[in-house]
Formats: sequence, structure tokens, C-alpha cells
Amino acid sequence: MGTAFDTIAFKASACDGCGKCMTACAEAKQGASRISIVSGAGEGRFELSLCRQCGDPKCAMVCPAGALAKDEASGVIRWDANQCVDCLLCTAGCSFGGISVDSHTARVAKCDQCDGDPACVKACPTGALEWVTAGSVFKKYGDREDMFVPGLSGCQGCNSELIMRHAMRKIGRNAVLATPPGCIPGMGSVGYNGKTGTKVPVFHPLLTNTASMLAGIRRYYDRIGRKDIVVMALAGDGGTSDCGFHAVSGAAERGEKVLYVCVDNEGYMNTGMQRSSTTPFGSWTSTTPVGEHMRGKTQDAKNLPLIMVAHKCAYVATASTGYMEDLYAKLDKAVEASFRGFSYLHIYSPCPTGWRIPSSKVIEACRMSVDSNFVTLWEYTREGGLRFTRSPDRPIPIRDYVKLLGKYRHLDEAQLDHIQARVDEQVALLRMMAAEPVAAE
Amino acid sequence: MMETKYLIIGSSHAALEALRAIRQADRDGSMTMLTRDGHMPYSPTILPYVVSGRSAPDRAILRDETFFAANGCAFVGNATAVGLDAKGKTVALADGRSWRYDKLLIATGAAPAIPPVPGLDGSVPFHVLRSLDDAMSLRNAMGAARRAVVLGGGLVGLHAAENLAEAGLAVSVVEMRPHVLPGYFDAKASGRIEAAFTEHGVKLFLGRTVVAVDAPDGRSCTVRLDDGGAIEADLLLVATGVKPVADWLSGSGVAVDRGVLVDDTMRTNLPDVWAAGDVAQAKDFHSGTQALIGIIPTAVEQGRLAGMDMAGDSYLKPYAGGVPINTYRFFGRVALSIGQAAADGCGEVAEQEGGGYRRVVLADGRLVGYASVDEPFDVGIMGELIRRRVDLSGCKEDFLSRPLETGRRLMSEGWR
Repeated sequence: MGTAFDTIAFKASACDGCGKCMTACAEAKQGASRISIVSGAGEGRFELSLCRQCGDPKCAMVCPAGALAKDEASGVIRWDANQCVDCLLCTAGCSFGGISVDSHTARVAKCDQCDGDPACVKACPTGALEWVTAGSVFKKYGDREDMFVPGLSGCQGCNSELIMRHAMRKIGRNAVLATPPGCIPGMGSVGYNGKTGTKVPVFHPLLTNTASMLAGIRRYYDRIGRKDIVVMALAGDGGTSDCGFHAVSGAAERGEKVLYVCVDNEGYMNTGMQRSSTTPFGSWTSTTPVGEHMRGKTQDAKNLPLIMVAHKCAYVATASTGYMEDLYAKLDKAVEASFRGFSYLHIYSPCPTGWRIPSSKVIEACRMSVDSNFVTLWEYTREGGLRFTRSPDRPIPIRDYVKLLGKYRHLDEAQLDHIQARVDEQVALLRMMAAEPVAAE
Repeated sequence: MMETKYLIIGSSHAALEALRAIRQADRDGSMTMLTRDGHMPYSPTILPYVVSGRSAPDRAILRDETFFAANGCAFVGNATAVGLDAKGKTVALADGRSWRYDKLLIATGAAPAIPPVPGLDGSVPFHVLRSLDDAMSLRNAMGAARRAVVLGGGLVGLHAAENLAEAGLAVSVVEMRPHVLPGYFDAKASGRIEAAFTEHGVKLFLGRTVVAVDAPDGRSCTVRLDDGGAIEADLLLVATGVKPVADWLSGSGVAVDRGVLVDDTMRTNLPDVWAAGDVAQAKDFHSGTQALIGIIPTAVEQGRLAGMDMAGDSYLKPYAGGVPINTYRFFGRVALSIGQAAADGCGEVAEQEGGGYRRVVLADGRLVGYASVDEPFDVGIMGELIRRRVDLSGCKEDFLSRPLETGRRLMSEGWR
């Protein structure tokens, strides 16, 4: 697989400029801080300068002494103190202030990520700095066996393929997979010309009966004593929250031992971008058009994962491909819970075609949806109740997120206010639920 | 006759960067690197540190045989190119061998420019500092010498002067311009550097030219100055600048001015011939005309562009032009300069003198030059502000009062 590395991420909107990261760094390194927080444009705004551990490091290219090189394993640009002759040319190579003169030692100093346990991140009280391990995740699972055919015909930039391939790489061959009508079978998982598109048994139920069929399969495996098979669905939001909802709800209520993954792209994107019950307020779809009179969808989205919490499932969680390490941790728990009861994982997945976003902006859209609280990341178990896996504190305004998406281009002030109010309301409700964990039964 | 798809003549920064760029776009095309040097690749910039003992000669090597094997490039040392037949696409070597190429990169660098002074025609022994062998020979000579004269107050001359002084020699530096490091620093900044040398016992003869050098006994020599003065020395280092190694191209049809003239993708006037690094005369960012800017960052950038163009890399973007950069350490102190930092009359100049000295040159609300002594700054960030012509009119006060912070802020806003 390719190379991806863990990284220190900075969320400017959450930084309050306390400077604890710099103190922690200076202490850890016994010298000048390698991380620098500076005043931003405007009161209370802050910016960061820190080595980005570039893939194409100019500091190393201009070094005449061979003292800088990218570590193939960790991705860190290593500085060799013995090899360095203190010419400072590297500081001319860096556009980010990532390598600069430490006045304590009169030598250059740069971030080495504290060998994977950065002191600055641990010291950050607001979550502005984060140690993102998605790189390790990609590397680890990238080497595993791919369970799908090489050429899935997803739209360019679509994250559903990422979700499918990575989820199944993790789950492995011991699975039976249902892919009800939607983008996932549409892009080839059920196969062509009598051959399946996966290396695990896959079938194509109706939109309406996915969960019921899985329940039957699980019961059969139970009867013959096979305890190691993951019985699962990779379904869309339409097949889960609309047409298939009664089956999902029934299976959850009965506590069927099934892993149900809903890939939510907020509509029936496969069939021409019609609205679904998870399409958010104000969205353009082909059935909620924008014209002289109509201004997109007039109803709010159904919050399906919360409804699943009300079913007291063994496990319920939300996830986003913008935060793969979070998604992976939840996938583990969801698989484990699917042997005990109904396990529901709701993954938000932007649709570049239907949402009208450039394919290069999809991950950014994922991240901003979370940063703005439009999407909240949390998990629920009967024992532990609901808990956020990513803090909803200090969100960016919803406007910053929606302006990334073409399907919201028409929104007026009142509609934007409405969306912001509903997001705030939703977060307030989740906070209440998260505050008082349910006692173990 | 040997044949190769990519022929690179030279083995320093431009050449190595071209190799990398070619391999990114073309994994398999045969490649050969020829160099007149007898060592594996190293940087001329490391040489003062070899003289001082800071860097051992074997540690100065930037790439080893394993690297060349892994990158499918034949490395041939002691191979001096003496002629180019661009029609026949062949390069002739001094030892009689010749190479046929599909694409040729001239990265032959520069060699010491020896001023036309009586005595420097070979009759008086002197040192230069451009190759690893030069550095080792100077290091050996230091031990036996007591008095040294350095001709030239540029980077090489000053580095060497400091090394010689630290080794206990009595050192004099002769510079024809009124200040050291001309072009990079203004008089005030240079003044600080000069004072440091004087404090360390180095005698500076500024604004002086050498009229003759003689060595009656063949060992020690006398350097005669234009004001009638004379300096005795048993070690003479000539560091009066360099000139591109382009003589071997005469008669080849390659257009040469002071260096090999290249366009914005490092192509010469002849098909399938590129040039990069110290030998190339490429666009100067400030003036837009072709100039010699012999520093590592321009060599790296030019080498990269040449390599991309040679391999047909579609991501190639034309050269924005070279920006002069100088990062200089003297007696443990720091002097930095980028862009038109010494310029007068090209815009607004803001000088700040306290513990450290800094000089910021703005034109049209945009940064064009920045220099400092004893006050380090992020040279790379200032370079980006210059190259991107970032409009600073909205934050000028912040920038002038806290340039380091403001520069970091602007770049952080830019990449987030």
C-alpha cells in the first residue's frame, strides 16, 4: 500500500492561545518549543507553526550535510545532530517555520512527534491539538486482503468505497454480507455476469427485508453451531431509515445478532438523488428542487442513530470517514457486539455527485461536518449509555460547513438560522443523554 | 561509445535533485551521472566545515553507491566533460571516452574565479576552496602555517578566515568592496559581522585590491595592496568568487553569457539540452532577467524543474525565478538574508537595532527583502511571502513590529 503517517492536527477554532503546548514541548525537549502558537487575524484567534513532516521535504533537499532525512517508518523528518554543521539553510527551505533556530542551543530544532506520543497534544486542554493516527490505520489495513473486486464503479471521490473496502478488510472472510439496493451494490459489490464482486458470500435483498433476512441467517448459523460468522449489512440510508425501517426496527427490538452498517449519504443517490428521511432541511435533491417557489427540503432529517438508541441495541455508534481512527475503533466494538445483540453503526458519507462537491473536497466536507456539529460522533451501549467520542465543544459555525456543499447554495438567512438552531438543539439533547449514563441492567 | 537516456554532468545539488525528479516520472529510463570529481557526491557548501574539522571528509558524502544502485543510475567519477556535439548527441570526456544521450543536463557547477593579478598565474602557490580535495589540502596546510591571507570577503572567504583564526593563525582578509558579504547585507549588518572578525583578531582590509603577489623564497608570500601596503603570509587562500564551468561548451552552439542561458524550464537554446545549478544563468525573481544566483536553494529548484522537464512530467510548473538567500554563522552568531535585503531606493526600508539588527525592505506593500544579524527569523517563510508577493498592507504594523510571529501567522492561514 501507499504511505500514510500519523500526524499532529491543529483545529484553529478550538485554540484559546493558552500556550501550554509550547511549555510542554520546551520541557520535553529541554530547549525551545518546537511548536509555536501565534496570534491570528483578529481577537482570540490563533495560528500554528510546526513541522508538517512533508512528503517532499525541502529542508532536507537544501541540506548540504545530509543531516535531514525522512524516516520511512514514522514519516518524521529526522535531524541528525552529529551530521548537522549549523549552516541554517534548512530554515530557508521550510515555508512553515517548522525548523528554526533554538536560541538555547544556537542550533536548529524541529518537531520529532515525541516518537508517537507528542507532549504538546497531551498538554492541550481544548482539543485544538490532536494526535491523528489515521496514517497507521491506513497502513495496517491497507496491507490486509481486499474483499472486493478491483474495479468498483463508485463516483469519483465517493467515500462509500473507502468504507466498504476498509470495513471488510478489517472483518475478513468470515462474514455474510447483505447489500440492499443502493450505491453499494450499484458500484459492483453484488457482481456482474453471475459472479459476485466480493470474496465473502454476498446477497442482494430487497430494500424492505434486509434485516429480516440477516436475522434468519444468524439463527441458522446459531443452530449449526457456527459462532464465528459476522452477519452483516452494508446498506444505504434509504434502505435503512425509509423502506427497510420496519425490518431494522423489528430485528433490533428482537435483539437479533446482526451487524447493521448504514452508509448515510442523505438521499437515494444511486437512483437519481431523490430525498430520503435522512436528507437534511434545505437540501436540494431531485425531488426537493430549488426554483421560484421551492427552496429545497422543508422537513428536518430523521436522526436514525438516536432512534436505534431508543431500541436499546447492544451497540449504536455514529462515525465519519473524516475520522478513520474513530471509525475503526467503533467497527471493532460493533463487530464484537453483533455476537451479543443488534449492533448498529451509522457512517456519514458525503456524496460528491448528489451534494455537488468537488471530489477533492469530500474528506474536508467530512471533517467540517463534524467540526460544525452537523455530524456528532458518539457511541452507545446499554451498560455505559451514550458518550461523545469527539467533543462537540467549540464548533465552527454551520455556515462554514454548508458553504462547501453545492446542494445548499440557495440557502437564505432564515434557512441557515433554522439549520444552526436544529444542530444546536440536537447537540443539547445528546449532551443531556451523555451527562447521565444509564445504569447497567 | 556508451549510451544512456538521461545524461547528467555534475553530481551536486542540482544534479541530485534532477535525478530524483526524473525517477519520479520515469522509473526505468537509463541514467548516468558523470562528475569531474573523484569522490561520491558532496556539497561545496560543506567544505568550510571540512576545513574546520566539524565534518569529516567521509561524512560529507551525500549519496553512496547503494543509493545509485537503488535508483538505477550509473555514477562515474573522474569523468571530465570536454566537448559537446549537440547534433550527434554526444559528450566527449577528457580520457577519450564519449557518451551518447537522449537528454542531457549540464550541472557542472562553478569553479574558483582567480583574479588577473601578477603572481596568481601559478607562480605563487595558493589555495582555493571548491572541492573536497581543496578542503583537505587547506586543512593540511593550516597546521604548518602561522600567517594566512584570504583574498575575498564573501561567504567562502569569511568561513575560511574564521576557521583559520580559530586554528590559531594570524589572519588577514582583503576585500575590494567597502564591506564584507556585499549584496546580501547592508553596511550596518556587515558592520556587525566585521566587528566580530576584528574582535577575534582577524585583520580586515576593506576597499582594497591586491596589485601583486610574490614569493621570493617560494614558501611564504607577500600580498601587495593598492594603497602600497603589504601583508606577509605563509598560507594564501583565494576566495574571490566563482565562475560557471562552461568553457567546455565553446563551439557546441549552447548559448553562454556569464553562465549557460536557460529558459523557465531550464532548457538551453539547443534541443534536449538542459542546464541547472551554479552553471546556469536563469531567471532572477526580482529583475526578471537572467542572472547567476549560485546557492543551494536555486540549484535544488532548478535541478528539480530540469529533471521534470527531461522526463516529461506533466506537473511541471515554470520557474518563478531565483531569490538570493544567505544563512551565515560566524563565531557562533547568526546572520540571515533573503531577497533584496541590501537594496536601497527600491522601496520602504525599516531598520530595527537593539540586541539584534534587522532590516526589512518593502515595495508596494509587499516584502522584497529581509536581513538580520543576531536575530534569527524564518527564512523560508519570508521567502514565501516574497515569492508569492503577499500583500502586507493589511498587517503592515504587525509585520514590522513582530515579523516572525506575523510571518508564521500568514503562512498558517495559508495552508490550513
